[in-house]
Amino acid sequence: MGSLRTPLAKVRGLGSAKEGTDHFWKQRLTAVANIFLVGFLIVLLIRFAGADHATVKHALAKPQNAIALLVLVLSGVIHMRLGMQTIIEDYVHSEGRKVVALMLNSFFAILIGITCVFAVLKLSFGA
Amino acid sequence: MAQTKRAAERPLSPHLGIYRMQITMLMSIVHRITGGALYVGTLLLAAWLIAAAMGERQFALVNQLFGHPLGKFVLLGYTWAVLHHMLGGMRHLLWDTGRALQPRSADMLAWLTILGSLALTAAVWVVGLSLRGGL
Repeated sequence: MGSLRTPLAKVRGLGSAKEGTDHFWKQRLTAVANIFLVGFLIVLLIRFAGADHATVKHALAKPQNAIALLVLVLSGVIHMRLGMQTIIEDYVHSEGRKVVALMLNSFFAILIGITCVFAVLKLSFGA
Repeated sequence: MAQTKRAAERPLSPHLGIYRMQITMLMSIVHRITGGALYVGTLLLAAWLIAAAMGERQFALVNQLFGHPLGKFVLLGYTWAVLHHMLGGMRHLLWDTGRALQPRSADMLAWLTILGSLALTAAVWVVGLSLRGGL
């Protein structure tokens, strides 16, 4: 089947939002990563949930745990921001409220992400 | 901005109110709800991490909150939500490849999602609690 669109038009075909499959792809990419990362978190929490401060501090300061946690937080907040964006776009129809909700969504994701990253780095680098 | 008003008045496809409840539909709804719950639930992980970073006193407080029966109940729900959302997501990844889209397979996967998530939640908590010697 021949298409009437030129190759240039196809390669530029990123839709009205100019993002193409970006949302879908990042959502799936982080979904696959999260399977492993959440698996790690569950094992970590089975071992250390409820443990005292010194034990947890020692465990989270280990590079392998800290790195996995940092990747989990990054992948997790990207995934949850995309998911909440979809929910907002589905249910919030007023343009103004939608824009505000989308902004708050990004703020929340970034705040959670930075908070967790800061905590893990502080535990890792001492103090 | 005038156009957006008109767009908002388009008829929406009939869904929840008109279809007979099916397991696939219910799991779709639960997937979204668990996703929303996990979104808020990240506060729990953030609280645990930041308290650990802040110091012994703050960490003891968070531990106390999570150790309270109500806190444990929330964590149990959080465990189930993450496992359900994970299994539901794996179902979507499978569907992305074009597989298991027939009604019978889709129904079976939906049942696997709910039953699997409950079984895995139980397994995680049984292992966790046995390591600590009970509730």
